[in-house]
Amino acid sequence: MKEQFQAPKGKILKISGNCISLVGDDIDTDRIIPARFLKCVDFESLGDAVFEDDRKDLNGKHPFDLKFNKNAAILIVNSNFGCGSSREHAPQALMRWGIKAIIGESFAEIFYSNCIAIGIPCFTLEKKELKYLQVKAEKGNLFFEIDIKNAVAMEGSTTYNLEIKQSSKNMFLSGEWDATSTLLNNIMLIEKKIDELPYIHLNK
Amino acid sequence: MSQNTLFDKVWDLHKVADLPGGSSQIFIGLHLIHEVTSPQAFGALKDKNLKVKFPSRTIATVDHIVPTDNQSRPFKDNLAEQMIDTLEKNCKNHKIKFFNIGSGSQGIVHVVAPELGLTQPGMTIACGDSHTSTHGAFGSIAFGIGTSQVRDVLASQTLAMNKLKVRQIWCKNKLSKGVFAKDLVLHIINKLGVKAGVGYAYEFSGPAIDSLSMEERMTICNMSIEGGARCGYVNPDKITFKYIEKRKFAPKNENWLKAVEWWKSLSSEKNAIYDDVVSIDASKVEPTVTWGITPGQSIGVSQTIPELNELSIDDQFIAGEAYEYMGLNPGQSIKNTPIDVCFIGSCTNGRISDLRVAAEIIQNHKVSPNVKAFVVPGSEKVAKAAIEEGLDKIFKEAGFQWREPGCSMCLAMNPDKLTGNQVSASSSNRNFKGRQGSPNGRTLLMSPAMVAAAAIEGKVSDVREFLNK
Repeated sequence: MKEQFQAPKGKILKISGNCISLVGDDIDTDRIIPARFLKCVDFESLGDAVFEDDRKDLNGKHPFDLKFNKNAAILIVNSNFGCGSSREHAPQALMRWGIKAIIGESFAEIFYSNCIAIGIPCFTLEKKELKYLQVKAEKGNLFFEIDIKNAVAMEGSTTYNLEIKQSSKNMFLSGEWDATSTLLNNIMLIEKKIDELPYIHLNK
Repeated sequence: MSQNTLFDKVWDLHKVADLPGGSSQIFIGLHLIHEVTSPQAFGALKDKNLKVKFPSRTIATVDHIVPTDNQSRPFKDNLAEQMIDTLEKNCKNHKIKFFNIGSGSQGIVHVVAPELGLTQPGMTIACGDSHTSTHGAFGSIAFGIGTSQVRDVLASQTLAMNKLKVRQIWCKNKLSKGVFAKDLVLHIINKLGVKAGVGYAYEFSGPAIDSLSMEERMTICNMSIEGGARCGYVNPDKITFKYIEKRKFAPKNENWLKAVEWWKSLSSEKNAIYDDVVSIDASKVEPTVTWGITPGQSIGVSQTIPELNELSIDDQFIAGEAYEYMGLNPGQSIKNTPIDVCFIGSCTNGRISDLRVAAEIIQNHKVSPNVKAFVVPGSEKVAKAAIEEGLDKIFKEAGFQWREPGCSMCLAMNPDKLTGNQVSASSSNRNFKGRQGSPNGRTLLMSPAMVAAAAIEGKVSDVREFLNK
């Protein structure tokens, strides 16, 4: 079992760790966490169930079961990762397994915003570079130090330029990715807005 | 950047502020919740010592985990019982209106809100469920959110979001006989791809969309997310207004006339600017069936499963996975593929018009002896209407099981599941690996009419042959 899970808090500036490669396009959230594990009222126990069916199918050969990936923290994927259901259980399961950042060619929209909302930065990179990095990670010898401000991943003296949405980057650097309090700062504006909306009055 | 589209108008109207990081704070007019994605959000509120800001703007129902055979409480499944119990308590503690089992208005959240008249043009609508895009059929901006965002809406009635681009999908001509909204949307997803919609709202317009009923428009918008678009919408028109009029939560009396005037002003302008425009010829669409493990892997019923070299390089990897998982070969005809289970229901196709179409096909026929077939109405209201019309009898006489409302085998968080490597003909929305509850179960998505035809024949069949008989 891994060290005890600690949810990220506050500013996220740097993330370092071993990289784990998961090859495949359109990997949906049903695969990341099958629906039967959604029968819960908290997220605590999801880490062990991540990719449950795919892992059973591969009988110990799934990247999430390989010994050298045991302490991996940076997931490298391909395109449209996290498509399908809006279940936050998917990034929660990845996070509780140990994933702290994801690098991919592209991410599904809702999955991406769920990741931001729980403190997992998602970066994009060109397909060709990703494939190169996935091959390296599959040999178990890719360690990255990611600097979020400069959007770079460093492997020793080699640097890879990553892309991240400016608004997401700002949120991690300021710690405002946990959006509730930022939103509540504008409570006066929210109350003004509800007064301006035609349907609020028409439906009374 | 888009201008003067419905999306731009509704977005601007609901913008509360520009946030320091560069995203926008958007007011959510209607928040829908259910038992799966809300408990952790209420838990987070408690941890942060926060209250629900506007309890009257959140509406709850229960759908994913409810059994469809025996809904008496407590549920046999302890975990399911714990989830409904938690929702009941949260709604009670926070004074949120809850349409529970037996209320007459319970059902799949995306069926329930429109039929109650809660879903209206010009609103922003959010729900912890990706198929929230359904509500865009009314000219609202509706999208799925995760649990942390459910927490944010409960706490502030707002969300931090980046504005989407807008792609107009112009559907010219009309659908031919035996071809339905489901076929059109599967066709669109196949043509554009499952990730084309990332970063976009889809505006469905053109003669083929104008001539669809509200329920058919809901089917189209429901599956926007399967094309990668978090949100899809149709400009509201007379068909929209007629559907909403006199429903429980619709504006009444003089407010009704004011509302219609306002709704009319929301449509995309003639001079609207879109970030992208694509055109689809609806008259060319056949009854459509998926053969793979993404909703984009579909073909017309008369076509054959594509060879690798017929697909773009980007689509080849997942196609290879799909051939293997589905046990289907490139070049093989999809017609006559044997079926084990037939499922009619879900937020995509569990409405009364879907049941009517399927009943018309199945009438005076029998379900093939090697097929298990069942119908799950999308809501208690749909079930009641169907029973009043005698549709339940038609299904039962043909050999279908008639069930109670819920999400059922669309996602198998309840007892309705595939077993082993069964093949299902399903009117639902996702054919992902393991989606219907068995890790190697296989799903072929199609219209309810096509599911009915498959039930009779025990294999994938062309429903048009039934209509011509």
